[in-house]
Amino acid sequence: MLNQLTISELTARLATRQCSAREAMQACLERVARVDGRVKAFLSYDAADALARAEAADKAIAAGANFKQRPLLGVPIAVKDVLCVKNHPCNCGSKILDKFISPYDATVIERLKAAGAIVFGRLNMDEFAMGSSTENSAFFTTLNPWDTTRIPGGSSGGSAAAVAADEAIATLGSDTGGSIRQPAALCGVVGLKPTYGRVSRYGLVAFASSLDQVGPFTKDVRDAATMLGVISGLDPRDSTSVPEPVPNYAAALNGGIKGVKLGLPREYMIGGLDAEVKLAVDSAVQQLQKLGAQLMEISLPHTDYAGATYYIIAPAEASANLARFDGIRYGLRVDGSGPIELYGNTRGAGFGAEVKRRIILGTYVLSSGYYDAYYLRAQKVRTLIRQDFLKAFEKVDAIVTPTTPTAAFKAGEKSGDPLEMYLSDIFTVAANVAGICGISVPCGFTRSPRLPIGLQLLGKPFGEETILQIAHAYDQSTGWHKEKPPLP
Amino acid sequence: MPTTGFDVKYVAHLARIELTPEEERKLAAQLGNILGYIEKLKELDVSQVEPTAHAVPMLNVTRPDEVRPGLSNEQALRNAPSRAGGLFMVPKIVE
Repeated sequence: MLNQLTISELTARLATRQCSAREAMQACLERVARVDGRVKAFLSYDAADALARAEAADKAIAAGANFKQRPLLGVPIAVKDVLCVKNHPCNCGSKILDKFISPYDATVIERLKAAGAIVFGRLNMDEFAMGSSTENSAFFTTLNPWDTTRIPGGSSGGSAAAVAADEAIATLGSDTGGSIRQPAALCGVVGLKPTYGRVSRYGLVAFASSLDQVGPFTKDVRDAATMLGVISGLDPRDSTSVPEPVPNYAAALNGGIKGVKLGLPREYMIGGLDAEVKLAVDSAVQQLQKLGAQLMEISLPHTDYAGATYYIIAPAEASANLARFDGIRYGLRVDGSGPIELYGNTRGAGFGAEVKRRIILGTYVLSSGYYDAYYLRAQKVRTLIRQDFLKAFEKVDAIVTPTTPTAAFKAGEKSGDPLEMYLSDIFTVAANVAGICGISVPCGFTRSPRLPIGLQLLGKPFGEETILQIAHAYDQSTGWHKEKPPLP
Repeated sequence: MPTTGFDVKYVAHLARIELTPEEERKLAAQLGNILGYIEKLKELDVSQVEPTAHAVPMLNVTRPDEVRPGLSNEQALRNAPSRAGGLFMVPKIVE
């Protein structure tokens, strides 16, 4: 079952000619054909194009291509529908983009391709990445491979479900308030949100520009390190990407974690935390201690304000970013008697309920008379939240928390109440507000039904090496990430 | 009071989103709740705090002012909902 392999396992077999890239691609496509009717992770894929690219990879391998230079050569990778892939559709889970075809590759797609990856499909998401369940997709809801009556999390729910169901070897998603880490936790896979500025956002359709980052979903931590190494680095086309050198993340994994200092923020042990989640996280912490980590309690005093800060800043930035969807240059157009009516009709028909809610909220908090009270105040609280983390990181190397307060919830359970849905992100939003990095790794299961639980490790700005190292030591010593969902 | 001054119809107009009366009614209630939640920030004294716009501020990122290749006219118009003569077609703006 080649589709079940990790990146490192597959490339080892490709390098020694134990299998071909075409066979691996074929295995993923067959898996998609078999299970995606239930999981519904993919919005579309082009099988012929994928197989042609796999054959090209096989030729490159036969010609002696070097896996050190092209670490993803022949690896089938699918991406969230928010990333532009040249000459392929991009919808962002929305009707408003209509028949849009990307005229160029996002930088991360260019880098995947340069590393030899076969980029082969678009994954479902909450419309414009606004949501925590994929129920806000204009097309359909993706379901959790562990229990198809439940949601996979969101907004990158398709990206998490596709990896959990072995439909792709790895995927890319984007994380604005937890949209990689939360679905990774709920689907039992590894999800990494890089430090703001680590990965170029060029060709990532913008939701909240000061919070968005692209990151990988993988089957183990080693693969996350490999993917991060490929997609990271300065890009002259994104002025917020940072000229910080890109370390060899995969090479840094084997150091062990003896003496590593881990902080447990007391503010994260809240009332809404599910008892089974708490139990799994507590035993993960004990496991990290056994591996030699030193634990200490820390305080992030403004934790309780992170959600409110996020729900001002993200909608404000979204209201500006989504102004481009006006029916003039691309996407849906619904005519009106003049331009103003055309804009209103197009946006009224093209956006779904959650996107309208956030644009209107964002417009309001930026409007004359309310800017200081909401937006400027939120930016100041953002400073306090960032300072909390920077202060904590003077004492500890990483922070450990649950990724989510509960395991996957039922489809429809929270979709009627936007505020309740927002609260499923409470453990993840602060990392985006502060601009730091974070990873979610599988750390156990609830008993009945059996649903994955995620452990979150938060790291210093550009401290990805450290959290990858800790997460790697953990997954190698426990093996939770190897469990497979009960799909036929 | 969170909902004071919050006129859904007016803000939706600013955002150029046409809403049905049903959407207006629903949004007013939901946004009232959300605004109630974000009012929480008023508990904090931020008078001495500088705002953060970006976590990693990069100042004056520029490139040489040189002509570079961009999208061709055909590529730029490929996704246009309406086009003519190498241009985007729009409704009449000036009388």
